[in-house]
Amino acid sequence: MLHAALSLPGAPAVMGVVETAHAIAAGAVRASDVAAAALARIDAFEGDLHAFLHVDRTGALAAAERVDADRRAGLPLGPLAGVPVHIKDMIAVAGMPLTAGSKMLAGWTPPLDATVVARLRAAGAVLIGKTNQDEFAMGSSNENSAFGPSRNPWDRTRVAGGSSGGAAAATAAGLGCGGLGTDTGGSVRQPAALCGVVGFKPTWGRVSRAGVVAFASSLDQVGTLTRSVADAAALYTAIAGSDPLDATSDPRPVADCAADLTEAKDLRGVRLGVPIEYLDAADGLDAGVRQRIEEALATLAQRGADVRRVSLPHVRFGIAAYYLVCTAEASANLQRYDGVRFGHRAALAPGATLDSLYATSRGEGFGPEVKRRILLGTFALSAGFHDAYYRKACQVRRLVHDDFARALRDCDALVGPTSPVCAWPLGAHAHDPLAMYLMDIFTVSANLAGLPALSVPAAPHPASALPVGLQFVGRAFDEASLLRVAHAFEAARGPCAWPAPAARSE
Amino acid sequence: MAWQGVIGLEVHAQLRTRSKIFCACPTTFGAAPNAHTCPVCLGHPGALPVLNERAVRLAVVAGLALDCAIATRSRFDRKNYFYPDLPKGYQITQVTAPLCTGGHLDVATAAGVVRGRIHHIHLEEDAGKSIHDASPAGTLVDLNRAGTPLIEIVGEPDLRSADDAVAWLRELRAILRHTGVCDGNMEEGSLRCDANVSVHRPNAPFGTRCEIKNLNSFRAVRDAIAHEIERQQAVIDAGGVVLQQTRLWDAERSRTLPMRSKEEAHDYRYFPEPDLLPLHVAPELVAELRAALPELPAARRARWSAAWGVPAAAAAVLCDEPVRADAFERALGAGPAADLAAAFALFVTGQVQAAHQRSARTDADVDAALPVLLDVCARWVQGRLTNKMLADVLQSAFGGDAALGAELERALAQVGAVVTDAGALAPTVDAVLAEHADQAARYRAGHTPVLGFFVGQVMRRLGGRGDAQAVQRLLQQRLDQ
Ligand SMILES: [Zn+2]
Repeated sequence: MLHAALSLPGAPAVMGVVETAHAIAAGAVRASDVAAAALARIDAFEGDLHAFLHVDRTGALAAAERVDADRRAGLPLGPLAGVPVHIKDMIAVAGMPLTAGSKMLAGWTPPLDATVVARLRAAGAVLIGKTNQDEFAMGSSNENSAFGPSRNPWDRTRVAGGSSGGAAAATAAGLGCGGLGTDTGGSVRQPAALCGVVGFKPTWGRVSRAGVVAFASSLDQVGTLTRSVADAAALYTAIAGSDPLDATSDPRPVADCAADLTEAKDLRGVRLGVPIEYLDAADGLDAGVRQRIEEALATLAQRGADVRRVSLPHVRFGIAAYYLVCTAEASANLQRYDGVRFGHRAALAPGATLDSLYATSRGEGFGPEVKRRILLGTFALSAGFHDAYYRKACQVRRLVHDDFARALRDCDALVGPTSPVCAWPLGAHAHDPLAMYLMDIFTVSANLAGLPALSVPAAPHPASALPVGLQFVGRAFDEASLLRVAHAFEAARGPCAWPAPAARSE
Repeated sequence: MAWQGVIGLEVHAQLRTRSKIFCACPTTFGAAPNAHTCPVCLGHPGALPVLNERAVRLAVVAGLALDCAIATRSRFDRKNYFYPDLPKGYQITQVTAPLCTGGHLDVATAAGVVRGRIHHIHLEEDAGKSIHDASPAGTLVDLNRAGTPLIEIVGEPDLRSADDAVAWLRELRAILRHTGVCDGNMEEGSLRCDANVSVHRPNAPFGTRCEIKNLNSFRAVRDAIAHEIERQQAVIDAGGVVLQQTRLWDAERSRTLPMRSKEEAHDYRYFPEPDLLPLHVAPELVAELRAALPELPAARRARWSAAWGVPAAAAAVLCDEPVRADAFERALGAGPAADLAAAFALFVTGQVQAAHQRSARTDADVDAALPVLLDVCARWVQGRLTNKMLADVLQSAFGGDAALGAELERALAQVGAVVTDAGALAPTVDAVLAEHADQAARYRAGHTPVLGFFVGQVMRRLGGRGDAQAVQRLLQQRLDQ
């Protein structure tokens, strides 16, 4: 598999974010041609990937033409001018329908852009559509989308991961230069790992959540899905920074991470901690994945990094704590979907009670996983159980946070696998929610601790040739260092192969 | 031994901010339904709360005025329940770490000073309004009020009677108004009260309490508490047990009705609001607000009493509303008119208030007319207006269409001067004596109370404008001749 295999004739859309922005700014390609090519690739792939829930052809072409007109008029162009990007359906784009992957919101169109979307527009990006996801971002395979799952571009019989599976599949298949996802417990990093792209979740508070449908507010963070670390930095730089509409957004200034990555640096003096709980002592870690991760660690050491073992003794409780905190918050966040003001409202006979309006609307509108989590979260918060579940989970969360803080005092970043396994066949865990929850085992802790984390492709799996993701976790609000380390690894690893439209395994 | 009521009030006060607590929508009362809404207060997916700084400052001011401790770090929580006028399905409030704790409010009652301690004061958002009887199609929801900033002032069960409770609430309202925290308008719902009521025998533990909701006037507070104390006594006297309940006051039928029992109580599943960071209030801000606290009503009343001898009851009425108290002080000024202060206070809270209540005039109109009213009062005190003339002036002025001040000046000019001059009074006096020669004879025979009859006759003929003392003097002179 080669880069060339991707390219449709004259299709510049497979270029990355940075490359595309440069080419358009230099006049080497027109933004409208880039947009048309991206839309053409969506036409070619979408039939079997189902990466999108909405494609805005007219809007994308119009935005691209405005970029071209601005360029012709000699007006200054934004840093992402003409770059086609997609937006996960959790994130509001004014005028585009938003479902959050749920029948509950089918037919609802938000009146305003999310802050991250407004910032992408201001930077000149061309918004091509909304990507598929697990319902309300609850899932690790995209199979919980009310509109059918996205499929993995490397093997259409396999899952794309989740919940930002559509964004990862679209990015891997070159449907746009990249896009935005949301990451509550690994929802950007895990599908990125399964689809062989870069998934970057910044520090909680670094990127505004205004206009982003809430799943678990204290864990949710907008992240990027791109085909390179430099592209991640470019999108991140455009969306990061404090926002008066989000009281939890952090006021610290954002370094221009994109400019920092123009050349690959070596890793001399960089201390990288490998949590033994994530590698040596990890249960359920696929042998091929383990092999590729160990090879990646060797590569990092060859580039001068001081790779050492560290311990995060409490992360083994992370999954349990995560599934209590996130379901508790979700149970409250999803109460607004009651059939009263917007979203699905059950058709009831006149005289039906208010309770039946709630029960029927929610019963019809939500899928089984969402219901499961609402029930779990409601239980975890209820009188008599609150202390044993929710409160205990918050205490564990604090311990996990402290583990990371301790480890990151002596290390510049932590490194390990993103997912214990490669993409699994569609339906393999569909009836085993607990097995599915365990797929997040390496990713949830970064959300519990609020830290920035990134998944970058390592070498493909030795047996299946499916993508394997290497995860880096950095210090809070030091996204710049994290991106530098990942960028150095990426350069040492060498070019990745991308799936071709013809590479179907059916 | 007799049963004694045990009462603690929970008071919701709407903070005087221009915008809502978590969004920029206006808080003005009376707009078209749902005109003051946005994605935040409609609970749209993705909309986030941003705390109104002014609401925090006002809540701190309330805490300082009530001697509370101000937490440098407090926290918001979510209170979860489903209701159509609660757009997010949860109310953002403060449960575990409120902004103000402790504190107390002392009130003077007939039985002496009553101290009602304050457990805490917390910030929260109001819900919208469900209107059940406006449309045959079903319940309508108006979300203009959703997200209005409130403080809830939670009182300890330190009050012992319905009258204590009303006095405490009245003093609380005066403080909230004086500090600009809340306009205290109970009709518009900017001040609402729930009462926790139980009964016990003195020195015995408190009984089971009931919470009475929906008390939106002082009258409702007094009546509901008095009825609830009686109801609980009757239950116990009949050998029954008071159940822990939430009850609703039915003002029309003067009774409380059960709303829900302890078993039916909601499980609100409180947890920290993740969309808002903990609230930090800098000690510097607290110091700044403390230094800027205005004179509180109790201090003001004490000052009026010490400097001017204003009677306590009149001072209390005037200090209920700081705008009125300010206007009162402005009218008096610092000069010699202050001698009149006590009389003027009684005049304003007596005759003026009575005339005001019979008229359709606004408080502002009356406040603006206080300087002219002071002049009216001075004339009356100095005998330049008779009681009758005063009553005519007030009735005519309050009934007029122009501003009250202008109407008063017109009425004063119209009523003219009191007749004190003996020469001017003599013809009327002589005429009356001539017409009632028989009564004059009785007087002269020693039946002196007849003098009152003559004064009345003369005054009637003079249209009330005669100086009563001068008339009496002249009558006596003539009769004793
Ligand atoms: Zn609003």
